[in-house]
Amino acid sequence: MGDEVVLLDFWPSVFGMRVRIALAEKGIEYEYKDDNLRNKSDLLLKMNPVHKKVPVLIHNGKPVCESLIIVQYIDEVWKDKSPLLPSDPHQRAHARFWADFVDQKVYAVGRKLWETKREEQEAANKDFLETFKTLETELGEKPYFGGETFGFVDISLITFYSRFYLYERFGKLSMEAEFPKIVAWAKRCLQKESVANTLPDQKKIYEFHMKWFGLE
Amino acid sequence: MAEEVKLFRNWSSPFALRVVWALQLKGVPYDTIYEDLSEKSPLLLHYNPIHKKVPVLVHNGKPLAESLVILEYIEETWKQTPLFPEDPYERSTARFWARFGDDQLLHSVFNVFIKQGKEQEEAIARAQGNLKYLEEELRGKKFFSGEKIGFLDLAFGWVANLVSVLEEIEGLTLIEHEKYPLLLAWIQNFIDAPIIKESWPPRDKLITKYRARIEFYSSKEAAKK
Repeated sequence: MGDEVVLLDFWPSVFGMRVRIALAEKGIEYEYKDDNLRNKSDLLLKMNPVHKKVPVLIHNGKPVCESLIIVQYIDEVWKDKSPLLPSDPHQRAHARFWADFVDQKVYAVGRKLWETKREEQEAANKDFLETFKTLETELGEKPYFGGETFGFVDISLITFYSRFYLYERFGKLSMEAEFPKIVAWAKRCLQKESVANTLPDQKKIYEFHMKWFGLE
Repeated sequence: MAEEVKLFRNWSSPFALRVVWALQLKGVPYDTIYEDLSEKSPLLLHYNPIHKKVPVLVHNGKPLAESLVILEYIEETWKQTPLFPEDPYERSTARFWARFGDDQLLHSVFNVFIKQGKEQEEAIARAQGNLKYLEEELRGKKFFSGEKIGFLDLAFGWVANLVSVLEEIEGLTLIEHEKYPLLLAWIQNFIDAPIIKESWPPRDKLITKYRARIEFYSSKEAAKK
């Protein structure tokens, strides 16, 4: 059956990376289109008129927006291989809750590390540490957030690993020293082809952000 | 086995109301525990240590938080009276609009009522732009979910509940008749539905509560200047 799958994305987007990982986990063939967010394509504006953001998955001409919604869609459509969410409703709810927590917190606390100065930066650092502490506690001794297998919550968070060097430079901290379990978990995830092939190098992401936000 | 379903809520939270409606639409018996959010019970803090908010659903001792997550759980656990579309694409569209409602629409609507002057004009433009999407989504439909109330209607329930309260407090009409005939029709159909009607918080109490909220946030806004 001819399935046409197109991904509108921007290579440094942590949200786009989630979709790339999900597609790779499922072995789905797709066309990748890189959209520079400071020069948005007509296709992007047409496919995501509400938010004008990436990622957008276009499946047989129909757009799906918002990375976690896209990942769930992928899981529901290509359901015969590599489930990304557990089958038990309670565990699914648990996964959705934590992926939502990542969405609510991680992006914002990370950004604040380079957006704030002086007294505000102290508060930003505190928020950042608290957020990752919460995640480290939730992970506990489990190999993955979902338990024995890599899944939805892991996908939602692992893409931020590409920003760890950025966080360390601006937060003046060591992710490994502060959050050893998280770093060990990240390295475990990186052993998966889908993750290793998707995540850009941390230095590359750092350099990109320095240029993009004029932080040099 | 006797199922034990408990819902932690307060009298007014529009997010908790979503869960009330979902459980009632599916005919799931449950117990309610009302929380005073100015003095949260140890039990609530135990069940929702991360966000410390309502609603929390506890099913056979296991807690769940975040209303949209809870709605998905309710759908998957009690399969009668389906609230979500069956088709994955339509499901993703419904989820998209629910998130839009919570992440963009809600703030934009509140901003209308707490900002002044030029900022208020801008807030109105933004909120009305957002509401236009809802109007378009209703084209050819009685409810967002089609012929019957479903997930997206519950997610947008606060629009039917709160906006007219805020409008009354401020003497400002946001959902204008000429611009939003479908949305106004939906509001009426929604609040006329028996299950929705019986669970509506008392309007006078809502007016008192939101009047105080608006005053609080308005003065914070003014203090910023």
